[in-house]
Parts: sequence; C-alpha cells; structure tokens
Amino acid sequence: MLHTLAVLVENNPGVLTRVSGLFARRAYNINSLSVCSTENPGISRMTIMVDGDDAVIEQVTKQLIKLVVVHKVTDLTDEEIVDRELALVRIKVRADTRLEILQIVDVFRGRVVDMGRSNLTVELTGDAEKIDAFVRTIRPFGLMELVRTGNIAITRLDS
Amino acid sequence: MGKSKAKEHAITSASGAELLLNSLIKEGVKVIFGYPGGTVLPIYDALIHSQIRHVLPRHEQAAVHAADAYARVSGKVGVCLATSGPGATNLVTGIANAYMDSIPLVVLTGQVQTTLLGTDSFQEVDITGITIPITKHSYIVKDARQIPRIVKEAFYIARTGRPGPVLIDLPKDIQAAKVEPESDEMNLKSYKFFSKGNAGQIEEAAHALAECERPILYAGGGVITSGAGEILREIVEKENLPVVTTLMGIGSLPSTHPNLLGMVGMHGTVTANYAVDDCDLLIAVGVRFDDRVTSGLGQRFATKAKVIHIDIDPAEIGKVVRTHIPIVGDARYVLEDLAKDLVPPKIDSWWEQIHFWQKEQAQREESRENTQQLTPQDVIRILGEKADPQAIVTTDVGQHQMWAAQCYPVTEARHFITSGGLGTMGFGLPAAIGAQVARPEAQVFLITGDGSLQMCIQELATTVQCELPIKIILLNNGVLGMVRQLQKLFCDERYNQIQLQSNPDFVKIAEAYHILGIRVTRLEDVAGAMEKAIVFDGPVLLDFTISEDELVYPMVPSGKELTEMLGR
Repeated sequence: MLHTLAVLVENNPGVLTRVSGLFARRAYNINSLSVCSTENPGISRMTIMVDGDDAVIEQVTKQLIKLVVVHKVTDLTDEEIVDRELALVRIKVRADTRLEILQIVDVFRGRVVDMGRSNLTVELTGDAEKIDAFVRTIRPFGLMELVRTGNIAITRLDS
Repeated sequence: MGKSKAKEHAITSASGAELLLNSLIKEGVKVIFGYPGGTVLPIYDALIHSQIRHVLPRHEQAAVHAADAYARVSGKVGVCLATSGPGATNLVTGIANAYMDSIPLVVLTGQVQTTLLGTDSFQEVDITGITIPITKHSYIVKDARQIPRIVKEAFYIARTGRPGPVLIDLPKDIQAAKVEPESDEMNLKSYKFFSKGNAGQIEEAAHALAECERPILYAGGGVITSGAGEILREIVEKENLPVVTTLMGIGSLPSTHPNLLGMVGMHGTVTANYAVDDCDLLIAVGVRFDDRVTSGLGQRFATKAKVIHIDIDPAEIGKVVRTHIPIVGDARYVLEDLAKDLVPPKIDSWWEQIHFWQKEQAQREESRENTQQLTPQDVIRILGEKADPQAIVTTDVGQHQMWAAQCYPVTEARHFITSGGLGTMGFGLPAAIGAQVARPEAQVFLITGDGSLQMCIQELATTVQCELPIKIILLNNGVLGMVRQLQKLFCDERYNQIQLQSNPDFVKIAEAYHILGIRVTRLEDVAGAMEKAIVFDGPVLLDFTISEDELVYPMVPSGKELTEMLGR
C-alpha cells in the first residue's frame, strides 16, 4: 500500500543523501520524494510516497527517526489531508487538434503557460490521480514531455 | 557577563587543531590511535604539546580497530585519527565493524583544504559520503569556530542511546585557522534516545514472567553496553531463569554460572538451542535477533514463545521477530524497574528438561574418541586454566573465534572482545593493542588463526614499540578453516582457495619483530608454553599446530531451524 510520509529534516547539505541513501540500502521503494524549505528556514519538509505493508512502513519510520537530521516523521496516509502535485506537460498540437486539446485542458482546470506553432505547455495541479487521468487523456494527441514534482501534502485542520 | 565572555574568547583564540585537542581533553580523551599524513599536519603539530597519548599502528585499519577495542574494554568513547584519502578509506572496515556492534567511536579524518574540496585534488575522498551507511552521524567542519560544539555533539551522539561511530572530517585549512571559538553549546534538537522503559509494559512483562512455565532469558551486547550485568544476575537468580547469550552477550553472566546454558544460534550449545526453540517466554535483552542466532528465520524462531523484547533502539523491535511485549529503553534501567516486583515462576519441570538435555549432551561428548592429538579446544581450555580470571581475550574471526566463544571461561563483561556483526578478519591483533592500552595492568590474550593474523600482522611492530605484553595464541591449521568447513559441509568437499601453503614460519616472524615465539605441536607441551608466555615480560606468539580437520560443532546450517544442528 502506498503511504505518504511527511518528514521534517534539518535544512543542511547532505540531508537528502542521508534520507535517500537509507531508502536505497534498506531496499525500501520510494515512489516520489519532494523537498523544500518550510515556514522555518532551518527546517525542510520532505513528502515521501513509499510503498510497503505496515511492517515495512513501521521500519521506514523508525529508521528515519534514528537519523540525527530528522526531526519528525508523520504518516499522513490515514489522516485528513490535502495533497497536490504540479505537472508541466508539453503536448503536440496541430491546427485540427488545438481546440479539442484546449477544451481538455480546461476540463482539468489546467493552464497554458507556453504556446508554440506545433506544441503547447500546460501547467496542472491536483492529486496524483487527476494528473494521471490528464496524461492518459492527452497522450493520444502526442505527449512530448512530462515533468511532475511528486506529491506534497498537508493535514486539514479540524473545521 | 558579556564583557568577561569577550575577554575569555580573546584568551582562548586558537588554531582549529588546538581547539580540537582541547575539546577532546574536555571529553576525557586520554589516547588517540592515529596515523599521520599531509592533511593532518596541523593536528600532529599540536599533539606534540598535548597531554593526549598517541598510539601509532602500522595501518589505519588497526587504528580504528584498536580504538574500537579500547572502547569495548573501557566503556569510554574510542578515538582514532587518519589523514585524508587512503588514510580515511582504510578506516572504512573498522568503522563498519564498530557500527555493526554499536561501539562508541569518534573518528577524525583530515580533508583537503576547503578551496580544493570537490576538485579531485591529491588524497581527496568524500569520506563522509562513503561512511553515511556505517556511521551514526558525521560532520564536515567548514568553520573552525564550530569545532568545540561539533566535538561535544559527536561524543554525545557516539556514547548515548544506541552507541555508534561518529565521523568528523576536518579540512586542513580549518585545522590551521586561528579563530575565536563559538560556544560549545550543543544544538541537537532532533536527537532523542530512550532511557527508562514504559512502566505499563514493564508491568506486563513482570506479569508474563510470573505466569510462564518455560522461560529463557536471551542476553546480548546491549547488556554489556548498558552495564546491566549485575541487575541481570540478580533477576536471574531471584527467578531462577535459564540464560542464553549471543556472541556479543558473552560476559553478561560468568561462564561458570549454573543458570547459563551457553551461546545460542549457529554455533551455540545444544541445550541453548533446544531451550530457545521450546521456551514459552523469551525475554530478549539488548539483542537484535541476528541471523547468526535465528538462521535468518525470524518468523520460525522460538515459535512457541511469547516474546518480550527490551532494546534501546525502537527500530530493532519487530524488525526480525514478532514481539508481544516491546520495551524500549536502556537495558539496565528497564531491568532495574522489572526487578522491583517479581514473582518467581514455577519452572522446576522446565529445569528438569534442561538438565536432561545437558546430561544427554555431556554423555555424547564423553563417548567420543579421546585422542592425544592437540585440539584447539584443549588449547583454549588450558588457556582458561592458566590465565588470570580477569584476563581480557580478543579474537579474530573464523573457527578459532567460535572455539573461543564456546570454550573460554569469560568471567565478566568487557573481557571478551570480538567482531560480532561484521565478522572482520584482522580485528584481533589491533583489538588486543586497544585492550592493553585501555588496561595496561591486565593480561591480554589474542586468540587467532593463521588466516586472520596475516590480515593485520604488521601490528606486531606496534606491540613492541608501545611495549604491550600481549600473548598471541595462534591456532595454526594452514587453511582458512571456517571456509574449509563450509566447503566441506555444503560444497561436497570441493575445497577451493582455502590453502595457505606459503604461510611463513610464524615463530621466525615473531623473532624478526623481537617478539618471543614458541611453537607447540604436542598436547603435553601446551600448559608449559602457556606458563612461560604468561610470566614473560613482553609480547609472545604461541604457534599451536592443529589439524585442518577440526570443525566447529554444533552447527545450525544457514536457513535451518535451531533444532536441526549438525555434529551434536
């Protein structure tokens, strides 16, 4: 099962190597990993999507916490969360497909951020499933390039 | 206050190397095992005027092994030092060795100057990158003013929680820089460890203990590290618990203690293996269910038992076996709390069963042919009789290590020093050096084989130079005995690359180093040679010729259950 882990780490050089190296040497599978600084400049937050059963996730969590640079690990899988991914998608267009493609982009609430004679680039945010769906829909028209950030997630505060 | 602090800073302005040595002294460091080189010149320059003793081995690997054994024997943090590049990479095996056995080390490496970092300059290597998987933590010092804080943090991390090696990489210009140091106040917000166990869990463990019928206490290196031997013994005697130990747990109880069934696992005793397989309560203290104990069969290990697992590292709980009562904490604190409220279980029939196994095994052993040949077991038993009960024994890795673990009468914790997790051939001689430096007054014996000894044989010179009267017990069979045993049993005797035909004359080797060398080929000469070596003021190499056909038994083949022992 796919788990979403929020990992607060020190914002130092080498921290990413420590974390990603741990996954590699203990044979855990990272589906995606995104990292950037947080509201606290000394702290970065990694959002790691990792595949595994409960025992594996428990080990991943405990091994991560053992790293001196890791402040906190939260498994967001069973939490109420908002998760988002950003994708930039370059699509081949012809005169006769342009309109249809723009309609699809519109349905997915994407935004055209660059447009050429034979291609256009779309910015799209959403959860991973939505981006998967968009990519599936657009692929027959000619998918030229796809860049995804990987998931980031935040818990919902009780309303 | 601000003013006086400023004044203090002005006075303490010093080079990075001086700050380093001052910080080491503050941490109580008495000795460094090190090897000089280009990028550590400022440190060696500062060492001339330092109170810290420096021990010079002949290879950096020996420096880290010696520091490791120093830590094991003394309970303090071991310190080693090497130059950048090959000096640093020569430490890698030793760092991994300490990491696997949870030994507190601070490893200091020189590094090229910061302006050359990342340019593939002479003797540059990314040692922090290389050692990430085998260190508890590491630092590259980029600002000499931070040295006091970094050193303090490094020692704190190395010795607290589950101990381990911490590496500090020091670029040469940082060592030379004259600076006013910053405060040494630690900044470790995210570093936590457990001491006391959860009271509810401990209560549950006490309850399980009161109700069990067939308990086994399974003690590991964590008992030694935490100094839990005394309280363990109290509990064991109060509850009359049978005890098995891991290789790392040897010394948790004196080997003559009636409750000790011996080592468990691949080369454990028959009784220990049967008892663990059959127990209904397994009290695991400071162990990690290594595959040399479980045969890599976590799910089929001690299947009849409820498992209490006491360990300081939460990640060890549930890693290999399912745990019914996990207790995260320091073994000593947890056992002290557990001891407060114990009801002895009714386990007389369990002891009857255990005694039956013991008697059965003793009869099997007696019925074996009694030859007049010199066996390795004889050598180790006679050593046990002749040695001071307080003697420290270090070993290398291989058959001799298992024979030593099985036969040598270890009286207390920190007296049996062996490479458990990594299984590093070449550890033994440097370890004996570290042990003798830590305890100059103690008898120190190295039990080794002709394969292992040659992996760090250059350290014979160090024993002479540092006047360390180490006695080397060489069990010489002319082959890589453990590999030969594996090829015999599992490759249908297709022996390959295990013959050491060109072995030197070890007695002459010893003499070339100005060490007393004695060859022993007959059983009746063993005791006399031992006595001569023990009273000799200086290092001695005793070369015992043994048969290559000697095997380590019993043996649980990898992947088999504990009861499926060969050579019972």
